Amino acid sequence: MASSPLTGSLLVAVVWLVVAVAGLIPSGNAAFARRIAFPLGALAGLALAAFGLQAVWLPAQSMTLPLGLPDLPFHLRLDPLAGFFLMLLGSVSAGISAYSAGYFREEPSGRLALISLQYHVFLASMAFVVLADDAYMFMVAWETMALSSYFLVITDHRQPAIRSAGFLYLLIAHLGAIAILLCFGVLHGGRGDYTFDALRAAQLQPAWATVAFLLAFFGFGAKAGMIPLHAWLPEAHPAAPSPVSALMSGIMLKTAIYGMVRVIFDLIGNVRWEWGLVVLAVGAGTTLFGVLFALMQHDLKRLLAYHSVENIGIILLGLGMSMVFIGFGHPAAGVLGLIAALYHTLNHAVFKGLLFLGAGSILHSTGLRNLNDMGGLIRSMPATAFYFLIGALAISALPPLNGFVSEWLTFQTALQAPILQNGVVRSLLPLLAATLALAGALTAMCFVKVYGIAFLGQPREPAHPSPLPHSGDAGRMERFGMAWLAAGCFVLGLFPSSFLLILNRVGVSLTGQGLSEQALSGSGWLWLVPTAPEQASYSPVIFLVVIVAVTLLAFLLVRRFYHGRMRLADPWDCGYPEQTPRMQDTADAFGQPIRHVFGPIYRMDRRLPGPDDAAPRYVLKVEDRHWYWLYLPVARAAEFVSSKIALLQQGRISIYLLYSFITLIALLVFVR
Amino acid sequence: MNSAPGIAFQILQSVFVVLAAPLLTGWVNQCRAWLQNRSAPSILLPYFTLAKLFHKDAVFARDASPIFRWTPYILFGCMWLAAGIVPVLATGLPFAPAADIIALVGVFALARMFSALAAMDIGTSFGGLGARREMLIGFLAEPAMLMTLFTAAFISGSTQLTTIVDTLGHREFALYPSLAFAAVAFLMVLLAENARIPIDNPTTHLELTMVHEALILEYSARHLALIEWAVAIKLFAYMTIGIALFAPWGIAEAGDWSALPYAFAALAGKLALAGAGLALIETLLAKLRLFLAPEFLSTAFLLAVLGMLTHFLVQG
Repeated sequence: MASSPLTGSLLVAVVWLVVAVAGLIPSGNAAFARRIAFPLGALAGLALAAFGLQAVWLPAQSMTLPLGLPDLPFHLRLDPLAGFFLMLLGSVSAGISAYSAGYFREEPSGRLALISLQYHVFLASMAFVVLADDAYMFMVAWETMALSSYFLVITDHRQPAIRSAGFLYLLIAHLGAIAILLCFGVLHGGRGDYTFDALRAAQLQPAWATVAFLLAFFGFGAKAGMIPLHAWLPEAHPAAPSPVSALMSGIMLKTAIYGMVRVIFDLIGNVRWEWGLVVLAVGAGTTLFGVLFALMQHDLKRLLAYHSVENIGIILLGLGMSMVFIGFGHPAAGVLGLIAALYHTLNHAVFKGLLFLGAGSILHSTGLRNLNDMGGLIRSMPATAFYFLIGALAISALPPLNGFVSEWLTFQTALQAPILQNGVVRSLLPLLAATLALAGALTAMCFVKVYGIAFLGQPREPAHPSPLPHSGDAGRMERFGMAWLAAGCFVLGLFPSSFLLILNRVGVSLTGQGLSEQALSGSGWLWLVPTAPEQASYSPVIFLVVIVAVTLLAFLLVRRFYHGRMRLADPWDCGYPEQTPRMQDTADAFGQPIRHVFGPIYRMDRRLPGPDDAAPRYVLKVEDRHWYWLYLPVARAAEFVSSKIALLQQGRISIYLLYSFITLIALLVFVR
Repeated sequence: MNSAPGIAFQILQSVFVVLAAPLLTGWVNQCRAWLQNRSAPSILLPYFTLAKLFHKDAVFARDASPIFRWTPYILFGCMWLAAGIVPVLATGLPFAPAADIIALVGVFALARMFSALAAMDIGTSFGGLGARREMLIGFLAEPAMLMTLFTAAFISGSTQLTTIVDTLGHREFALYPSLAFAAVAFLMVLLAENARIPIDNPTTHLELTMVHEALILEYSARHLALIEWAVAIKLFAYMTIGIALFAPWGIAEAGDWSALPYAFAALAGKLALAGAGLALIETLLAKLRLFLAPEFLSTAFLLAVLGMLTHFLVQG
């Protein structure tokens, strides 16, 4: 038992907690956090990834900790699903922790000790969320995760905008937590045993099962950032320091996906296809909403946050399809959908982590977050530009990187639609695949915008010579962190069948069914075969080798037969001598066709300069309609209700004594 | 499948497509000149143009990054790869299972992304304009293209082009109404993706309307030649995808040398017809305003969806 993956994972979580607290003791010594705490945290992450990987191949293990309340100890369990998420947490956080060791180099030591404390508690709490095997421990870990990340978000709490972003995050996180708590209550059905085993064994009425599903879906969805509960994401992610944004977007959102899969597929069981339709509808809306709003942003981190919303939508599409197939009694196709969703979960963690780290390096180097001020960064930050390009290609779902694999698997799931009995659902799934295709192409457009404006071209605003004079490329540790995640994009993209086998184990452990024999025997390390070789196959390694080979061949042929003379000149100015860098596209200009095509989705406020303006400026504000039909009315209603309730609060002792008296009388009437 | 004749067929087809692609472009230009009562240029003109460009000195903008330098090669490589996937002369090529129709669309998307990035590299306003418009057309065309391909995939139960062509080519002659819808949608996507009228005009350099030409404005000499060549291969690849999906008769199987001359003749005939048809379309239609492109392409998308629904209805 001593060397089992469960003990190992527990040990890693404890190491994180120890590192967190240890950072406080040599106070005033920032070097400790930089040189020891974060690198140690990264190593622990690697170990956790190894334990998680090991656990995928072993039967589930469980353990009871002598902690918690009397008669209510903490239960831990490590099954393939948890193992997979621990692998995700460990491997991605290793890169982010290594990056943090470099990123926080200029923080004052007191603040750095606090960041290190919250950061490592955050990591440990995510590990406990995944390991928890009873509702009590799950909620404790879940809340610890919410609180520690809240404090990380408000690291710069002196700015009011950041405080309000943090408040919004905390609010929505708690709405979600209440829903999850209620969901556990429904599952529990008043039997007094909150272990997941007991919840799993409970036989629910279909109506109650649906209630539990809705509570779990919206509760976890609030954390995942699906619409309409996404509003905190684009506020909180830019407010947090970049490695924290990477951690939140890359990993924390995934714990919500974990929770969804755990509760819906495992605890509730008996998945119904109607639930799948709900998930699909929300997923499709989230996907399109996220990418369309990402295209409108000019703050790099907000843009990335909206892309997280989009990617959660893609994951939900995979999950929803899986539920539909399982509900109709086709577990093999259902497992394929689940695999696609979980694969995208891992992929998104890797490339979104990478992109947020890249955004952090830009912010560090130039002090800029607004794309409209950037330009030409590839010349001053070539390493960051290289890694960011890999992330951008991966998120745009381009072969042979990892984003493509999971979208390909999702497409393949949708193409299983003809086996469904229900005609409407059958024709619905390919349409959702088209949604996915649209989102993928829009993502590509968005990242052409990001990359083209930030890294290519010329610096835009003469007032912000970017990069700032003293700045250069990312530091050594920062580059290492980005390189780690970029390598992840390649590994996940090039060797998908190994991960397919891992995820198949997860699928078997959840549904009792796996992919078809043909698929498993057809999938060597070279080939990815989701169903049968004659139906669909994909070999990213061959793909990459061929594309590199023909590109090099073209290069060599040209070299061989071409004289190679070359001249440098100014760009062609079309005969107009006055060209300034401000004539390049800005981020807002790049999104203009989208505003034209998808106009009704946005709430726009445009101010055009008049003919007499001395300093003409075009101002455009694009807002989320959800604020106006959902959030603000709810906020107003809450204020109204609380103002009425506040009438009770008179501030005079005699009134309060009167309340006590009335309460007593009422109690006596009832209790009698 | 991975036998020596298979590999020989693979190499033969890839080289054939790369070498023959400019000929198709020349043929389309010639037909168009005839239709427009101009005296037609030689069908070999694209080859001469490529040779001329390969002899010139390259001019580079001073601030060009590696992305700008490498994009022509990447574009060429992507299109060459596509030429290897599509069953042009034969089905069952050894490389075909490595990438299915979804990956094929991915290859085109990869090429599009790099050409848009290269256009923004220099920092001129035309580059940004071209990149923006190209991506606009791209995101509208890609879902329509996938839906078209999915319709064929549903009919044959596979996303492998080889299997699709085998199923569609060796069936008894039956009219698939779903394929008719899909064919129209595919034609519209082909026009948009290859920068043809009515979406873009390959012969214009007018800043208000150009899309593709704005992307490659900064390129010269060998780089421009590679891009032009890649564009020719792309047109060839799209046409052969269309042929493979909607008129696959006469294609050979890999390794079957005796069927090869027939496959060549069938392909040449079909491409000559398709090229003439393209010239006719380009002569009859006028270029659309840029913001009518979304309507054009969403029509294509709806047609593709209708095709798919028809398939489900008929299968019922």
